[in-house]
Amino acid sequence: MNPPVGQRKLRLATTSLAGCFGCHMSLLDIDERLFELLDRVDLDRSPLTDIKHCGPCDIGLIEGGICNAENIHVLREFRQQCKVLIAVGACAINGGLPAQRNHLDLGQCLQEVYLTAPGIVGGRIPDDPELPLPLNQVHPIHEIVRIDYFIPGCPPSGDAIWKFLTDLLDGRTPRLGHPLLHFD
Amino acid sequence: MNTPTLLLDGLPVPFSVGQTIMEAATAAGIFIPHLCHHPDFKPQGSCKLCTVKANGRYVSACTMPAKDGMEVENNSPDLNDKRRTLLQMLFVEGNHFCPSCEKSGDCLLQALAYELEMLTAHFPQFYPDRPVDASHPEVLLDFNRCILCELCVRASREVDGKNVFALSGRGIGKHLIVNAESGRLADTGFSLADKAAHVCPVGVILAKRRGFLQPIGCRRYDRQPIGMQFASPPGSGGNGPEH
Repeated sequence: MNPPVGQRKLRLATTSLAGCFGCHMSLLDIDERLFELLDRVDLDRSPLTDIKHCGPCDIGLIEGGICNAENIHVLREFRQQCKVLIAVGACAINGGLPAQRNHLDLGQCLQEVYLTAPGIVGGRIPDDPELPLPLNQVHPIHEIVRIDYFIPGCPPSGDAIWKFLTDLLDGRTPRLGHPLLHFD
Repeated sequence: MNTPTLLLDGLPVPFSVGQTIMEAATAAGIFIPHLCHHPDFKPQGSCKLCTVKANGRYVSACTMPAKDGMEVENNSPDLNDKRRTLLQMLFVEGNHFCPSCEKSGDCLLQALAYELEMLTAHFPQFYPDRPVDASHPEVLLDFNRCILCELCVRASREVDGKNVFALSGRGIGKHLIVNAESGRLADTGFSLADKAAHVCPVGVILAKRRGFLQPIGCRRYDRQPIGMQFASPPGSGGNGPEH
């Protein structure tokens, strides 16, 4: 349904930082409700639009944690541009799978992956200046900027994302109860 | 003589002399969130999840004896806020990555986080370095998930008579150790048949080669929230007070 005349559509941006895009797949998993969503919001920066920078938005959805300098840059841009910022999924909320490297030495990780792993001949640690610098540890996004809402899960189900977004769009306090609230 | 009774969130709960608040509530089918309490072991009141307000004072329900006429507040926004904060601190102190944990769906820590609607661990993550012990042929120890409830310590000492586990260190350095000169579980008399192998409320003590026997999504707390399982009358599918 189109919004009433005079009421502008909300702008929604999404991005993936140190994540696997599983949360975006879950967003697509809301299936035909995507049409209803697109009746109510316009998409700004998102892997679905391929817009490179986030403009002023009402809602920002962020999947993935912080593992390099570019992630911090994108996250800060989202925080600056989005009125409401939502951490989506385990990686954004506690670092998730990428954070399981946190007790390892980053230099040793890079050496093992690019130089000493079996089958590597003449390997080299990538050093192109365009590559973002990795951080020593992966961090959840709330440790860098203020986050307004959290949708846990790995990934959260399409139903959980839908419930959360429609609660928010309808002006209700978003709430996930059993069985939508899941950490796995 | 009249049965002694306490008031739990305004409901009269009869009890027998010597019972704790937790025991009285459990017998009445009322859920008080807890982690280190287990009906088979002496209470120690370390996790503080079961904190209630009794006659206006904060006490651990698992250690506080019930008294006639006592007014106890349990399921209130104030107490649940405090419990949620305790859970959040437990989550950041260890490495609790639910998606990669075999115990997910059967884990008491996770079930309580669902029950109290914890959406984020809020505090900065500690990401401690805690190597696993896979030396034992039947059992894996993943210290990353230890919440120091001491149930394995108590079970090994009081039931198995083996003293396999203990806590060492103080404050943030406190950690679970294995009682062997090498520090490895394989060098103890530990067996999968021990009571201590089956009391861990989180995913520290795991039987090997059993993982994912029950698919994710069909596990105990996937089916029903912990609070509702507690309230279920015997024989209705809920497992009552057991973990």
